[in-house]
Amino acid sequence: MASSFAKVMSSRTTGLLMASLGAGAVATGYLLNDNAAVVAEQRRKLYPPSADYPDLRKHNNCMAGAMTPAIYAKLRDKITPNNWTLDQCIQTGVDNPGHPFIKTVGMVAGDEESYEVFAEIFDPVIKDRHNGYDPKTMKHPTDLDASKIHSGVFDENYVLSSRVRTGRSIRGLTLPPACSRSERREVERVTVQALAGLKGDLSGHYYSLTEMTEQEQQRLIDDHFLFDKPVSPLLTCAFMARDWPDARGIWHNNEKTFLIWINEEDHTRVISMEKGGNMKRVFERFCRGLKQVEHLIQERGWEFMWNERLGYILTCPSNLGTGLRAGVHVRLPKLSKDPRFGKILDNLRLQKRGTGGVDTAAVGDTFDISNLDRLGKSEVELVQVVVDGVNYLIECEKRLEKGQDIKIPAPIQHFKK
Amino acid sequence: MGSKHRGSDPKDCYLFSHTDRRKSAIMTKNCNNAYKLKFAVEEEYPDLSQHNNHMAKVLTKDIYNKLRSKETPSGFTLDDCIQTGVDNPGHPFIMTVGCVAGDEESYEVFKELFDPIISDRHGGYKPTDKHKTDLNFENLKGGDDLDPNYVLSSRVRTGRSIKGFTLPPTNSRGERRAVEKLSIEALNSLDGEFKGKYYPLKDMTDKEQEQLIADHFLFDKPVSPLLLAAGMARDWPDARGIWHNDNKTFLVWVNEEDHLRVISMQKGGNMKEVFKRFCVGLQKIEDVFKKHNHGFMWNEHLGFVLTCPSNLGTGLRGGVHVKLPKLSTHAKFEEILTRLRLQKRGTGGVDTASVGGVFDISNADRLGSSEVQQVQLVVDGVKLMVEMEKKLEKGESIDAMIPAQK
Repeated sequence: MASSFAKVMSSRTTGLLMASLGAGAVATGYLLNDNAAVVAEQRRKLYPPSADYPDLRKHNNCMAGAMTPAIYAKLRDKITPNNWTLDQCIQTGVDNPGHPFIKTVGMVAGDEESYEVFAEIFDPVIKDRHNGYDPKTMKHPTDLDASKIHSGVFDENYVLSSRVRTGRSIRGLTLPPACSRSERREVERVTVQALAGLKGDLSGHYYSLTEMTEQEQQRLIDDHFLFDKPVSPLLTCAFMARDWPDARGIWHNNEKTFLIWINEEDHTRVISMEKGGNMKRVFERFCRGLKQVEHLIQERGWEFMWNERLGYILTCPSNLGTGLRAGVHVRLPKLSKDPRFGKILDNLRLQKRGTGGVDTAAVGDTFDISNLDRLGKSEVELVQVVVDGVNYLIECEKRLEKGQDIKIPAPIQHFKK
Repeated sequence: MGSKHRGSDPKDCYLFSHTDRRKSAIMTKNCNNAYKLKFAVEEEYPDLSQHNNHMAKVLTKDIYNKLRSKETPSGFTLDDCIQTGVDNPGHPFIMTVGCVAGDEESYEVFKELFDPIISDRHGGYKPTDKHKTDLNFENLKGGDDLDPNYVLSSRVRTGRSIKGFTLPPTNSRGERRAVEKLSIEALNSLDGEFKGKYYPLKDMTDKEQEQLIADHFLFDKPVSPLLLAAGMARDWPDARGIWHNDNKTFLVWVNEEDHLRVISMQKGGNMKEVFKRFCVGLQKIEDVFKKHNHGFMWNEHLGFVLTCPSNLGTGLRGGVHVKLPKLSTHAKFEEILTRLRLQKRGTGGVDTASVGGVFDISNADRLGSSEVQQVQLVVDGVKLMVEMEKKLEKGESIDAMIPAQK
């Protein structure tokens, strides 16, 4: 046994420690050395990128599709200014090979700079996920002028509720996979302070997850507002559930039509909704609320993460651009049974989900219909796509009710290349 | 090459050289400690008000403040140690440890945290105490005559960490694969009763998998949040595997919760044979690792160094599945176990209930007594309890047999 070890532990002499470890000079060289660069170099020699290259043979996610040994070798030793690494970006994709039919993204950003420092992997992943959008050459349009929406009030015999959601990140603080407790608490402080400045129909109240009473908790569950600690391994493997429930909370206005989640999967998730089919009003409140919150944080010297190439910066590449999902719960008993339903949705650039959210099955004949795309089209454009699309679906339903035939619409062009 | 770096300012993480161009990452799980130090301690200190684990009891803001700027040579930080304890407040009745080591040096660099936890968990073990290691199976007295009508099976397990590699909470894929490679070499060198085969989790056939499940050998990807929050399931199933000998009496898990978990077992009550095989097998494996200058992590104070502080010392759990239907319902059962320094579990493992009066009885201690001493306690204690059971079957009292505190 290494009985000399005890003596070494108290003396802490570099040389003795290295010798007593009984490991080769190169292996232990990395352990204690005043010269950081030499240390790093020795470690790199011992474990070249090929030694760490993940086994992605059974994987089916965007990251695994884009990753190559060459890209990994180039990026493995890089760090963002906040010391976030490639391995940390891709851990969730390595740990979750994916489903043969559902293609997950398989990587996350730890901070705004991740998308730059690791562009060699993020760009192809973004291209894959967002229909060929090329961050190197294209610009993303942002437009939050709700007045541009037309025909945005649906037939309430079919549309039960309308909802628009997005996310916003606070520039200067790292994202949920990477943030420390103090950063997360700062996100909470900045956001809650801003929300306290909202007035009129937007004035509301914050419910911190750590301080919530049982009564408040039950009420928020009944309102379907409460979010839980993530259980999805896609999120937990991306380090997003650390320190739960510290600095997490829910804010909503008194009318329960404007809701903010703080420090769940993104710094903030912003949701505007109401019963019925007035999508225009929902979107109008959404834009108004977002602009007011942005103004309020700017007063204190903060701003949202945004750039020309990628639009609003969020944790998951799938939410870049607008981060916007605008949707309705709509009854389509006849249309949903028509074999052309899927194709019609595809061409309208819409997706269907069950009313329990992503990956749930539809209950009865009621579907959650929302936009497929996030990046490359503005908020106004995407909401108009949903408005036009849902109106078309209702038209089809009405025609089928009357025994008339329906047509598959021509496919909408996604974005101007 | 970068210029020499003195590293006196905690904000200048020694891992990086000065110029931006030359910044590089060491492959650690969490490399942003230098960045976090910009924030005040009050802001970073975790909220432990709902917590009931060893770490939460010990970690004051002062200790947090003192240790937060430190890193082990491989870059493991205080936050890395305690994340699992922050994320898992614990159970009102079960006291979990709430922190892990990322490498051998963690126990030294974060002494102020680990020493009181070790003392709390291991019966007052002091920072100056020495731990005795004794893997000489010949020192075990008896153990070959436990009544097989009562003792259904016997088993000894421990863990081993390989020097020169970081531990499961933080190791990189490259390191984990290197541990696997060395382990395979060591295990494939075994012969005689130890001759066996390695089954990597990644490449297992369906047939092999079914057989390993039927033999109760296969380990799964961890689901316990205690392990997940400590980062131990990363890259699953890369470089994980199971090795066992042809006789199915000696089994090694590679890269699960520790680098190695070593298990010797067989049906019946011959604990002596089980322990002999355990000691001999361990020695043979260690010899191969030592040849490559990667012996086991061990020191005079903590014994064998493992990921969880609860497994320090011997890391040994020696136990039997034993039928004690009458004794287990006796009013003094718990008292007897405590005095014998034993613990009970259901036969499904930790936290399961007993089925049909059959209990898993094993040593409660890990640190401060040797392997021989701990297995001796199991052998002597189980022998006594079987005799008590027989007495109770005959309707006789066992009051005179109740032992003094060991």
